[in-house]
Parts: sequence; structure tokens; C-alpha cells
Amino acid sequence: MGLYSEEIRNITDKSSEQLFEFAVSDENKAEQSGYSNYSYWRSTWKSFIKNKVAVFLLLLVIGIVFFVLIQPILPNQKSPTEIYLDDQTGYQARNIEPNGEYWFGTNSIGQDLWARIWAGTRTSLLIGVVVALVEVIVGITIGALWGYSRKLETPISHAYNVIENIPTTIVLILMSLILRPSISTIIIAMCITGWVEMARFIRNQIVILRDREYNLASRTLGTPSHRIILKNLLPYLISIIMLRMSLAIPFAIGAEVFLTYIGLGLPISEPSLGNLINEGRVLMMSPDLRYQLIFPSVVLSVITISFYIIGNSFADAADPKNHV
Amino acid sequence: MLGYIGKRLLQSVVTLFVIISIVFLLLRLLPEEGYLGAAADKMSPEQQEVYLTNLGLRDPILVQLGNFYADLIHGDFGKSITYRTDVPVLDIIADKILYSLAFGLAAVAFSILVGVPLGILMAQMKGRWLDRLGTGYIVFVVAVPSMVYYLLIQVYITDIFKLPMLFDEDKPITWLLPLISLSLGPIASYAMWMRRYMVDELNKDYIKLARAKGVKERTLMFSHVMRNAFIPLAQYLPATILFTITGSIYIESLYSIPGMGGLLVDAIQRQDNAVVQGLVLIFSSLGIIGLFLGDIAMALVDPRIKLGRGESVR
Repeated sequence: MGLYSEEIRNITDKSSEQLFEFAVSDENKAEQSGYSNYSYWRSTWKSFIKNKVAVFLLLLVIGIVFFVLIQPILPNQKSPTEIYLDDQTGYQARNIEPNGEYWFGTNSIGQDLWARIWAGTRTSLLIGVVVALVEVIVGITIGALWGYSRKLETPISHAYNVIENIPTTIVLILMSLILRPSISTIIIAMCITGWVEMARFIRNQIVILRDREYNLASRTLGTPSHRIILKNLLPYLISIIMLRMSLAIPFAIGAEVFLTYIGLGLPISEPSLGNLINEGRVLMMSPDLRYQLIFPSVVLSVITISFYIIGNSFADAADPKNHV
Repeated sequence: MLGYIGKRLLQSVVTLFVIISIVFLLLRLLPEEGYLGAAADKMSPEQQEVYLTNLGLRDPILVQLGNFYADLIHGDFGKSITYRTDVPVLDIIADKILYSLAFGLAAVAFSILVGVPLGILMAQMKGRWLDRLGTGYIVFVVAVPSMVYYLLIQVYITDIFKLPMLFDEDKPITWLLPLISLSLGPIASYAMWMRRYMVDELNKDYIKLARAKGVKERTLMFSHVMRNAFIPLAQYLPATILFTITGSIYIESLYSIPGMGGLLVDAIQRQDNAVVQGLVLIFSSLGIIGLFLGDIAMALVDPRIKLGRGESVR
């Protein structure tokens, strides 16, 4: 008897507060304990570069972005908004077909189309990237709360059921109608509609994943919710998130084209792919001037298709199921 | 089943009410010139004030909302301001709605008729040239903004086949191009989903078993694979309907079809608030009806769907 109580007293002596604190996970130590030198991102990259088309398009997009950024400071570039005059007649250099002076020709009031297209690409890419970022951040945050928190589930679901019923186009039109056209209002109008799909998507995935055994184990061990969401759930969704994000850019560019078409887009003084295409549309009846429609359409198609294909193959590559 | 439909119907009605109110309140944020119309320049500020007061725009916002609903119940959507001055909005829309419905429904039917078989063929020839061609088409249509290829189709196809560029009610051939353009997007999404579900289904164990038992490939395709692949497809029907609404906004104004989409563009450009409001209400209601029908279709087609999941989300 005495022996046991002696033993118990010793246990109390041996234990310390330290044993009851949560361990901090250290990636390096974790790596050391196992043999695998598997790295998620390296593996993703390895399977991504196997797809030659996607790699080519990625380089192309990087090239375009780089070119669009440095184009204004290159030598021999014209201003995208200045109206040029014809040397001989002194009139505006209207609708000049592509030549050595104006590489892509001029538009109906004598502005240089080459400069306008790259300025427009700059604007459209800016809108696309900002909208995609906001969409992803807001979408993930709301989607994660919606899927994970049981208290928030009902109110968000009710709000969603209302929002989902309004056609996005209508919201886009209404918002742009109320906020006068400018880059920031176009971005706001698109952000208001964009995050909804993303949030629903994340929510559905999290509902599927949240009660899997490994999360149950995590919860029983006392892992805080934010850590479960950030470390256990979201990495699972990386491939889907990347896919949605790369699709958000073409959609934002498309929405800008649409808004411009119905007369709610950017003013002509601010070139964007949307109003360039719209300018081209006005002139499409005369076959000689169709280059004004073709050039921006081709640039826009190349950019959107590239983003789409890169996104899809990156999503495939990022899916752990495809890593061996 | 009836209980589910009733509950879903109630939900749709509540949603419609909420949306109409939100749209109404949002449109009150628009600049007031939109209500004065062409006469704005001729009026002194005092006259404008009186005019707006007579229209009821100086009442408290909730009174305005109440009046608006009272009018709505009597079928009064207000009067057009600049589009066709003083003509009731409902009359203007009534002239147009049949064109939009005809094009929309024809496009939905056409895209199912083409898209679903295309998806089935692609799944059967997975990895061969038809599959690659179809995938290329899908990538193009999904990635490139529809405006761009609508325009290119209008410019070049009319040129090549010597077709009239604009819609003419009496010439049936002019119906064709807008219809095909409008269907391109939905065809791509039907083909894409059909292919994906067929491929998923073909890899399942019960198909392997059926093959091992010696079930004929044709029977397998038609009575097992396709039946199951159709189920998830039903939920894209409302999305298609919503899409044709959006698409019609471009197509109708491009080909000058006298439908609601073209009207919306006109009304926005002429700042006719009353017409815009009426159209937005109709478009949102169509969206709600589309989703409602889609949910009912899903419940009918798939017996496994739990009924009464009114608050859950697809």
C-alpha cells in the first residue's frame, strides 16, 4: 500500500505543467522524422511542367504581362489617347490601315491602335486580377465560415438562397447603373457578384471534409478551429481555388466587355479591351476597317484562353491524387 | 412530393418579394434626370420639383415602396419616360416578350438536342479526334467572352453565306444565326457535363460487372450509363435558362431582334428608369422561376434526393 502511494507521489513529481501544453508543430522536425522528401509545391510544379501546352501558355502570359507593363517606356511608342494628325493634310489621321508608322493602324478619330491595345490590355488585366483576388479572398472567408460554423450556417444559407436567384448580369447592370462608370466602380460591381459562387463552392467542399476522421481527431486533440480550417481543410482545396481564380480573370474581362457593350463601361478616354472591341463593332460594316475589331479580339481571346488552360492544368497538377 | 413543391414555392415567393424590394430601393439611387425625360431642359428647377413630387418621388421611401406594390398588384409597372413617352411599360414589354421567349426556348431545346449527343459521342470516343475537337470547342466557348465570337459570327458568317445581317421576322433564314449563336454556350456546357458524367459512370464497378456478364454495349450505354448521367444534368437546366437571358441581351441588340434584351440595352442608354425597372423585375422573376423548375425537375428525376431540404443548398 505504502509502496503505491509512494509511486503516485513520484508520478506527480515527475509530471510537469509542460506536458499539458499543446505542442507546436514544426515542419522541419516533422520532415526529419519521416523519410519522405515529398514537397507539395515541388510535386505540383513537376506535374505541371509535364504539360507542354500549358507551360508555353504560361510563358506567353508572363511575356504579355511583362510587355504590357514596360510598353509605355519603350522607344517609339505613341500615346494611347493622343489624336494624331496627318502630316500632309493636317487633318486627323483617321482609320489608317496598319503600316510602318501605325503598327495596328489608327481608329476612327486618329488614335494609335497599337498603343491603345496594350493600354487596354493593361486596364483589363488590372480589373481581372483585382476582381479575381477579391473574389477568392472574400469567397474563401465566407465559404469557410459558412461550411465550418454551425451557428452561421442558417443565416448565410438564407441570404444565399435569395442572392443566388438574381441573375448575375442583372446585378452587374444595376450596380454599374448606380455607380457611374470608372475602373473602380466596374471592379466594385464585379466583386459584388463574383464571390457568391466561390463561397458556395468552398462551403460544399468543407461540409464534405469537416467531419472526416482526421479532422475529428484534430478536434479531439483540441486544435483550434482556425488552425483546422487553415491547415487541414484549405490545402485540400488549393487545386479548386486555383482553378476558380484563373477562371475569374477571363470572366472579369468578359464582364467588362459586356458592360461596355450595353453602354455602362469605361469612357473611351480610358482604353480597355472592352471599349476597343466596342469601337471595332461600330465599324464592322465596312470590311476594310475590320482590323479594328480583329486585333483587340485576338489579343483578348489569346489572354482568356491561356488563363483558362493554365488554370485547368495547374488544378490537375495541384490535385494530390495526381501526385505519385 | 407535394409538400416539397409547396415549401419550395413559398420560398420562391418570399425570395421574389425580397428581390423586388431590393431592386426598387436600389433604383431609387439613380440620378433623378432619368424621371424627367426629354422635357428636363425646358423645366425650371421649381417645375422639376413639382413634377417629381407629382410622380411621388418626394414621399418617404417606405410609402413609395407601398405605392409601388399597390400598383404592381394592379398590373401597373409605370409609364415609359424616354423610350416611348407615356406608354405603359407593361405594353412595351408585352410586345417584346414573345420574341425573347421564342428565342430563349428554341435555344434551350436546340442546345440540349446538340449538346447532349455531342457529350455522349465524346465520352465514347474518349481521347480520339472527336473528343479533342469537342474539347477545343468547349475551351474556346467557355474562355472567350461570348460578345467576341457573337460579333465575329455576325460579321463573317453573314459575309460567307451572303445572309442578311439583321433579323427580319418574315425571312425564316434570319432566325437561324441568332439562334445558333445563342446556343453555342449552352451546347458547350451540356457537352462538357454529359461527357464528364458519362466517363465517371463508365468507370464504376457495376458497369464492369455488367460487361463481365456480357451485357451488350448498346444496352449498357442506353439503359445504364445514360440514365444515370442524365440526373445531374437536370440541374443545369435553370442555369441554361439564366444564360439565355443574358445571351439574349447581346444577341437581340446585335441582330436588332425586337425582344426584351435589346429593349434593356436601349432603355439603359436612354436612361429610362421606368422601363429598366420593369425589365429587371421580369428578368429576376424569370431567374427565380427557372431555379424553381430546376429544383422540381431534380426532385422528379432523382428519387434519392431528400425531400424537404428547403433550407439546404445544392
